[in-house]
Amino acid sequence: MVPESLLDRKLVFVTGKGGVGKTTVSAALALLASERGKRTLVCEVDAKGDLSDFYETGPIRFDEREIHPGLWAMSMDTEASLKQYLSLQLRIPLVARIGPLARMFDFVATAAPGVKEIVTVGKLCWEVKERHYDLVVVDASATGHIVGQLAAPQAINQLVQVGQVRQQTGWMLDILGDAATTGLVIVTTPEEMPVNETIELQGRVRSETTVDLAGIVVNRVLPELFGRREEAVFERLCEPDAVAAIDRALDGPVQPLLDGARMAVSLRRTRTEHLERLRAEVDAAIPMLYVPYLFVRSHGLRSTRVVADALSAELGF
Amino acid sequence: MARRTGSDEAPDSLEALVAAKEIVVFCGSGGVGKTTTAAATAAMAAVKQGGKVLVLTVDPAKRLADALGVGPLGNTETRVPDEAFAAVAGGVRGELWAAMLDTKQSWDNLVRRHAPDRETATRILENPLYQNVSGRFVQSHEYIAMERLYEIHHEGSFDLIVIDTPPTRNALDFIEAPARMADFFSSRLLRLLIVPYRSRMVNLASRPFYQVADRILGSQFLQDIAEFFILFQTMYDGFVQRATAVERLLHDKRTSFVVVSTLEATPVREAEYFIEVLTSMHFHLGALVLNKVLPSSFLDEAAGRRAEWLSQHTAEVAAEVGAVIGADGHLVERVLHEVAESFRNFEVVAQREAKQRAELASVPDVVATAPSFETDIYDLAGLLRLGEQIWS
Repeated sequence: MVPESLLDRKLVFVTGKGGVGKTTVSAALALLASERGKRTLVCEVDAKGDLSDFYETGPIRFDEREIHPGLWAMSMDTEASLKQYLSLQLRIPLVARIGPLARMFDFVATAAPGVKEIVTVGKLCWEVKERHYDLVVVDASATGHIVGQLAAPQAINQLVQVGQVRQQTGWMLDILGDAATTGLVIVTTPEEMPVNETIELQGRVRSETTVDLAGIVVNRVLPELFGRREEAVFERLCEPDAVAAIDRALDGPVQPLLDGARMAVSLRRTRTEHLERLRAEVDAAIPMLYVPYLFVRSHGLRSTRVVADALSAELGF
Repeated sequence: MARRTGSDEAPDSLEALVAAKEIVVFCGSGGVGKTTTAAATAAMAAVKQGGKVLVLTVDPAKRLADALGVGPLGNTETRVPDEAFAAVAGGVRGELWAAMLDTKQSWDNLVRRHAPDRETATRILENPLYQNVSGRFVQSHEYIAMERLYEIHHEGSFDLIVIDTPPTRNALDFIEAPARMADFFSSRLLRLLIVPYRSRMVNLASRPFYQVADRILGSQFLQDIAEFFILFQTMYDGFVQRATAVERLLHDKRTSFVVVSTLEATPVREAEYFIEVLTSMHFHLGALVLNKVLPSSFLDEAAGRRAEWLSQHTAEVAAEVGAVIGADGHLVERVLHEVAESFRNFEVVAQREAKQRAELASVPDVVATAPSFETDIYDLAGLLRLGEQIWS
């Protein structure tokens, strides 16, 4: 089976539409990998500070920190990354006017596509190239920006014909384009817009990047309450004589409970349609991993743990 | 229809807020339902208050766009036909218009407007860097959305414009976009970059800077950038003036902001941040819309106790009820068990949501709540059903 290979890759980007649980899934994947004995780095690209909530750890910064045995976390900072890049890759001494350089970088990055992105992707590829970790999990940009991020080395290659930057993109492309090394995971929920974006992104990843689509995680899948026979009984239970009988037994109205169940059934039905659409449109070879809707008290390490367990089961561990 | 501007009384509902404003900007983090709530608000305004109402949207679900009659190339304002309101009791008092934001086309229009002559405009439009920039410019979406808003407002064709903001990395980028765009074009660094292209005479102090830049990026790329900026600079005055005007409009008292959020932890945190920044930057914060909230029946404590009791005594109840309706007791037991468990599951989520809501640090005068609808909203009837929930 292909799914097992997901954690055997070296670099996994996780994307998804806003609000689908991209950070939760990234946090859970990294936690799972570290617990399976892999030296793992998890990196938050859009530094909003959410990742630290999912591990209930202190602030996560650019310098990697071990937050769990075998699990390191970092938060991307393009300026810090640029400094590291200049000194390690281009061997430009830091004294060489990092001030104006950083300002120029900011400037060029505002205008030229891919400059900021390449500093991000470059840092992550570099961690892979230097074999600092067995696996790097990236809580990457949302669906709207991910292609720009992953295609940054190609974009730079087209724009910059000579110079050291150009030489740098070659090895990044090697890492990104190798399916055994790098993979992209799209997180979605069984809802209209997330499914639309997932289908659309699948096509763009294939046509505009060299990165392999390693899997789709369908988050917040609602449980099925009833089979067909149960559903008929449920309908019968909603009729006045049955409701009156249950009310007597409960010594109070059952209606709120029945209404709640009806809502759950309708919600699930609507979502099933979107899920079926997703299955029909996504390449059958791409593994789909299902994570149930979490009926938990709060979002924190506990829910990250539950999602990690669900993913572990889906990956066949 | 004249808007009731300048009223000193603070609006106590979305209805009153919308009646008093000419521009309502919907913002919030991704996936909370900005587009739908913005469209629902515009539809309600057209139906109930009348006037010409425009909803300017960024990325609507295809079915919603179809329902509103805006196709993928709907950069121009299109009127939603009256037939779409056929099912609405009492019909529609005003007109509902919709437009979708096409970033690329809007940028091209902007270049044509601000370029000094047609030849310069063509050269800019054909510059390879521009082609990339107009599609992917950092904050280009945000800026163009605000620019488009200004343009439409300035034409004065609409009584009310409801705009849905693009999904951004930093949710507030679009507010800062006009100012940043102005800064960008007036930057000293921009001139610095252009100098070596114009003349090879570089003074001693800045020579190392260019040498390093050359080494990293290559001089050809630097030249491409420089040429692009030189062309763009011809539009400098127009751009800066416009960006300033856009910013003024956002601060105008005819403009109000509505923050949309669900009661999940991450969007709530972002909504709080939004509220804080909008307030500190003196924008008018009109309302908070809490979307996709579970029905309050899940918070009914007596019902919760009954669900708990039912889950512990399912077999007894099933035997009793099964006898009454003449159904298989085991089947009834399974169904009742699911009914009880499902209620208790959603009860946990509803309590989590209630807690999130109670913890909201500071909220605007108007807080509206919309339920999580079981089915998708893809037509006007659906929009109005949502609209009714948040309206008054």
